[in-house]
Amino acid sequence: MANPMRIRAAAKDGITEVRVLMNHEMETGQRRDASGAVVPAWFIQEVSARLNDKDVMSAQWGPSIAKNPYFAFKIKGGKAGDTVSVTWVDNRGDTRTDNAKVT
Amino acid sequence: MAARTKVAVAAAACVAIALGFAGVAQEKDDAAKGIEAYRQALKDGNPAELFEMAGEELWLKPAGPRNASLEKCDLGLGPGVVEGAYARLPRYFADTDRVQDLESRLLTCMETLQGIDTRAHVEARFGTPKKDELVALATYVAGMSKDRPVDVAASHPKERAMFELGRRMFFYQAGPHDFSCATCHAQEGRRIRMQDLPYIPAKEGAAAGWTSWPAYRVSAGQMWSMQWRINDCFRQQRFPEPVYASDMTVALSMFMAATANGSTMATPGIKR
Repeated sequence: MANPMRIRAAAKDGITEVRVLMNHEMETGQRRDASGAVVPAWFIQEVSARLNDKDVMSAQWGPSIAKNPYFAFKIKGGKAGDTVSVTWVDNRGDTRTDNAKVT
Repeated sequence: MAARTKVAVAAAACVAIALGFAGVAQEKDDAAKGIEAYRQALKDGNPAELFEMAGEELWLKPAGPRNASLEKCDLGLGPGVVEGAYARLPRYFADTDRVQDLESRLLTCMETLQGIDTRAHVEARFGTPKKDELVALATYVAGMSKDRPVDVAASHPKERAMFELGRRMFFYQAGPHDFSCATCHAQEGRRIRMQDLPYIPAKEGAAAGWTSWPAYRVSAGQMWSMQWRINDCFRQQRFPEPVYASDMTVALSMFMAATANGSTMATPGIKR
């Protein structure tokens, strides 16, 4: 599995705010290395999140997302003790899933 | 022209010039405010945390011919004590009989605990795997001193000597441009593009520099340790490249840390 993400989730007034820091090179495929060869595209294409057993968020990303992306989003509902799970899949088929407890 | 009109014109001119100056000052404030707002936006979700995690893994992982982890490494507060250690570095170590900064001490621990020949690590270029390991370790250790007060008093005679050496180096002009660290860092209120240049010979400026590295540089997507920062400063001045964790680099760190004594660690930082 790829490098771990860092997930923080906090519930307040019926809204759970999730903040994720993902570890990924996010190569656009436009850069060239020192020898002039194109550095192949390597970036996250899908991101999804679950709150306990329910799918709550899905996203499709492209090469414009930054390296080591920071992603924050809000979920309706959720309370302390719930589990938030975030998954990403990149264009090489690599994937990573991490969980965090809502505080 | 009538005297009164002359006075009125002169007064108007004065006001216009004053407004003109105020306009320039206003521009500077707006730029500074914009930079500050950008920095605040960056603070949440510092990718440095990914390197802290990687560093912690390396700290715990057995490696080298002795297949040992770094868990017994003495960073100055006793074997294995990581919390608060960075805030008290550089310092004198009796076992090596010299003043060491964090990265030099990490090399010592890799040699003595893990049996690793660290020459390859010293010679590796920044941004390549062997250096990445040291940067990750440094980020982890530095992060464990976050919000602690800098406690570097340079009381031991060798610490004092390093401080003086660092100060001399700081003001030493060399290289084809006749630069010294002081060229950029001993003038009040200056910046290079988006970087405010801290006035390092005084506590506040030294703290601005010393307490915010290791830091993640967003524009480069790289995690930089203080050794990397110093290495790049030498490059920017067109000085010869310093040997990684050599005495000169430790001396400069000592100068900065001791001048920043009492300020609060904000590591790991995040930069443009």
